[in-house]
Amino acid sequence: MDELITMTAAELSAAMAAGEVSAAEVTTAHLDRIAAVDDKVRAFLHVAADEALAQAREVDSKRQAGEPLGPLAGVPVAVKDLFTTLGMPTTCGSKILEGWRPPYESTITRRLRDAGAVLIGKTNMDEFAMGSSTENSGFGASHNPWDLDKVPGGSSGGSAAAVAAYEAPLALGTDTGGSIRQPAAVCGIVGTKPTYGGSSRYGVVAFASSLDTPGPFGRTVLDAALLHEAMSGHDPMDSTSIDAPVPPVVEAARHGDVAGLRIGVVTEFSGDGYQPGVMARFTEAVELLESLGAKVTEISCPHFKYALPAYYLIAPSEASSNLARFDGMRYGLRAGTGSAEEVMALTRAAGFGAEVKRRIILGTYALSSGYYDAYYGKAQQVRTLIIRDFDAAFGQVDVLVSPVTPTTAFPLGERADDPMAMYLADLCTIPTDLAGNAAISVPCGLADEDGLPAGLQVMAPPLADDRLYRVAAAVEAALEQRWGHPLLAEAKGLTAK
Amino acid sequence: MTVSYEAALGRYEPVFGLETHVELGTRTKMFCGCGTTFGAEPNSQTCPVCLGLPGSLPVVNRVAIEFAIKIGLALNCSIASWCRFARKNYFYPDMPKNFQISQYDEPLCVDGYLDVAVGGKTVRVGIERVHLEEDTGKSLHVGGATGRIHGAEYSLVDYNRAGIPLVEIVTRPVPGTGFLAPEVARAYVTELRDVLRTLGVSDVRMEEGSLRCDVNTSLSARGSSVWGTRTETKNVNSLRSVERAIRSEVARQAEVLDDGGRVIQETRHFHEDTGVTTSGRSKEEAQDYRYFPEPDLVPVAPAEEWVKSIAASLPELPSARRARLIEAWSLSELEFEALRNAGALDVVEATIAHGASPADARKWWLGELARRANDAGIDVSELPITPAQVARVAELVAAGTLNDRLARQVIDGVLDEEGTPDEVVAARGLAVVSDDSALLGAIDEAIAANPDVVARIRSGKVQAAGVLVGSVMKATGGKADAARVRELIMERLA
Repeated sequence: MDELITMTAAELSAAMAAGEVSAAEVTTAHLDRIAAVDDKVRAFLHVAADEALAQAREVDSKRQAGEPLGPLAGVPVAVKDLFTTLGMPTTCGSKILEGWRPPYESTITRRLRDAGAVLIGKTNMDEFAMGSSTENSGFGASHNPWDLDKVPGGSSGGSAAAVAAYEAPLALGTDTGGSIRQPAAVCGIVGTKPTYGGSSRYGVVAFASSLDTPGPFGRTVLDAALLHEAMSGHDPMDSTSIDAPVPPVVEAARHGDVAGLRIGVVTEFSGDGYQPGVMARFTEAVELLESLGAKVTEISCPHFKYALPAYYLIAPSEASSNLARFDGMRYGLRAGTGSAEEVMALTRAAGFGAEVKRRIILGTYALSSGYYDAYYGKAQQVRTLIIRDFDAAFGQVDVLVSPVTPTTAFPLGERADDPMAMYLADLCTIPTDLAGNAAISVPCGLADEDGLPAGLQVMAPPLADDRLYRVAAAVEAALEQRWGHPLLAEAKGLTAK
Repeated sequence: MTVSYEAALGRYEPVFGLETHVELGTRTKMFCGCGTTFGAEPNSQTCPVCLGLPGSLPVVNRVAIEFAIKIGLALNCSIASWCRFARKNYFYPDMPKNFQISQYDEPLCVDGYLDVAVGGKTVRVGIERVHLEEDTGKSLHVGGATGRIHGAEYSLVDYNRAGIPLVEIVTRPVPGTGFLAPEVARAYVTELRDVLRTLGVSDVRMEEGSLRCDVNTSLSARGSSVWGTRTETKNVNSLRSVERAIRSEVARQAEVLDDGGRVIQETRHFHEDTGVTTSGRSKEEAQDYRYFPEPDLVPVAPAEEWVKSIAASLPELPSARRARLIEAWSLSELEFEALRNAGALDVVEATIAHGASPADARKWWLGELARRANDAGIDVSELPITPAQVARVAELVAAGTLNDRLARQVIDGVLDEEGTPDEVVAARGLAVVSDDSALLGAIDEAIAANPDVVARIRSGKVQAAGVLVGSVMKATGGKADAARVRELIMERLA
């Protein structure tokens, strides 16, 4: 059983197709793993053991009946707890939605169920996806499998930790300012923020609508690509969904090849605040790509330095409106018994955590009459400038690269009371969200100072998601060859055996 | 009210403007596939989208856009080649998301006008904008005296209405109509209603709330070009109320100004029962709606070709029809208004199409039939008689088969569903007696019974023959042709 949990999704899929193992056995192995380690990792808010086993058995009987099955059939997938799911609660990591069972299914989880994937449970997150450590969860923080005293990143920290702890081979996350890539980097796994509109937001509880992008986590580049492909594609229920073919990401992940590829190193993402060990691994990865035949140049994106402040106006503004519906009137927590106004106020006071309140207040202020132009309006202009920076860069190179996040995983509690320090974790990831293009986080080694993983970020133009996988697969293959094993084999917080 | 409307008009010039909300008659809601049937079981026409459940997303109803473009074109507006929806943020329990998807600084249609006729005079009302938005749910506040949320014991919310497409049609301020301001406002809403009905985009029933008006009113001192502070009167739910609300607001504001006071910019509520307005929210406590572009929707960019094809498919609009019918039927403006106000344009036009003369068609529909409809409390067009049947009755009268009195009996029969006019004539035996020999006996009897009348006729008082005609008509049960009877009497006495 132990070896089942260390297998990749691609390996599990092949083994099940060959009849070497059943989907029920695969699911049971992962449920056992969750039972064994999740009291330490705390990746899950809800484990759907019975439902998962039922889904797995259904896949097994379909396979026995000779029905055609996709590559994810029988593969367990952990789901960030802001996708609406039938038969499981959806809390968004918030007390205000504790116990809420949505009456409908998100497009992406529906697609995965239809593809035979086994939804094994719902993972922890920063409340309403606001945070970079999962410490803002209303239900307690998750822990980094490399070092249980460290954060797993966020906001999709539960999903990243679950995959890194072998509790699931694949997981779903969402990226609004870096919420997939940063936890992937600090947990030593692969995470992708697809092109905005490439993956449906229908049934994904909104934080910031113009930024939220669902994406995959996997322990390998190919696994991430398999989930990426299965979850993507046009959805008529989401007006911002792009009606275009899904980029050939799986194909690209199978053929990591960077010969002749033009790679730009973003010069703005280095210097003060960047951990030397992270920069060392990043530089090595770039040299490695060059040795594989890529043409590396330096590219300046002068407006990227304004991305963080622009983001902290746009995202809270949209959030202040998106989160207005949580008022105790129709679902979730209700506090107080007086007038409607009183119930709304008391419910929101009791149900939202400090960071959510901070951002609602920030966003409400930025949108208010008399301040709109100076804040929200100005931030949107900055957004346009950032898009132009990307356009100019992609006129010269095929992809851009940078570190994913300036540091490795930080200790639990270290930044919990310092929002500005916490916000800096997303410095390198935010421009991609503001521009709506695609980026991936792929492990590039361990920092010398603390032995914790660092990530390489690859950024591509909109709908060129396949380029990410091409570069990431090349890096992954070359580094594994150098190390002689997958990076995650060195994780010390937990043992796989 | 110590200042009368008439007195107020001596010192002040009213300026009014109207914001009209119209529920579009689309089959499905603005942003989801739920049905829009009026009066359905509460909360039976809802889904995650119109309930604003976490994670749900709106998708624009193309038909609603098409309807709004039709309205814009009919109101002579420019249609934006690119526009966006915006979120209007405020908290209220009947609003599932606590924001309303509306349009703010980028409306779909702008800069139009609607000409309205009042008392034979035409007033051009400027249209500032026409924009699309979603309706809210409907609250029922139970307990408490006012039926409003304050003081209620509890409230029930029906979200069937949440997400129904609305257009808001905003006029420019209308100055210079003086004493006629209330009538012009009413005529505008009437004309607008006719336009919307002609376009087939709404059932425009004010009593069901599918057409709702807010009336803005301000006063300026006579001779001054400076407009005063305006108030916005809500809850104006009938054509008559539009008129009354302005009259009441003009008088109230005049009294405030006469007393040296200042009109406060505020929302006021109109009360149907008392005909007065009372204060609602003032500008000082007005909400900051924090409008921003709706990030869940992509911009609306109607292709020029599409707008052109919509324009080409517009039906004949009331103003064009008015000009055509006035010409074709040789009507005065006032005669036309009488027909339109009676709701008889369609039936009269159809009756004429079936062969009746314009004069006959108008006579029957505005006279006898209007009276019957009024007695029954229904629209004239809802009577169980068709324009073809009315045309046939007119034809029978013109041919001398029926006289007016018999024709009324035929109409009775048709309305009682006894059959077609010809069937009723046959069944009731109502045809005019056209055989002279059948009349001569009755004429001779009448002559014999009224020697004094006969003497007066012979002495030259020809009009006295009416007595004899009446007597013959009575004797024949009204089936005689009175003109023919008169002729025969005169021949007899010659």
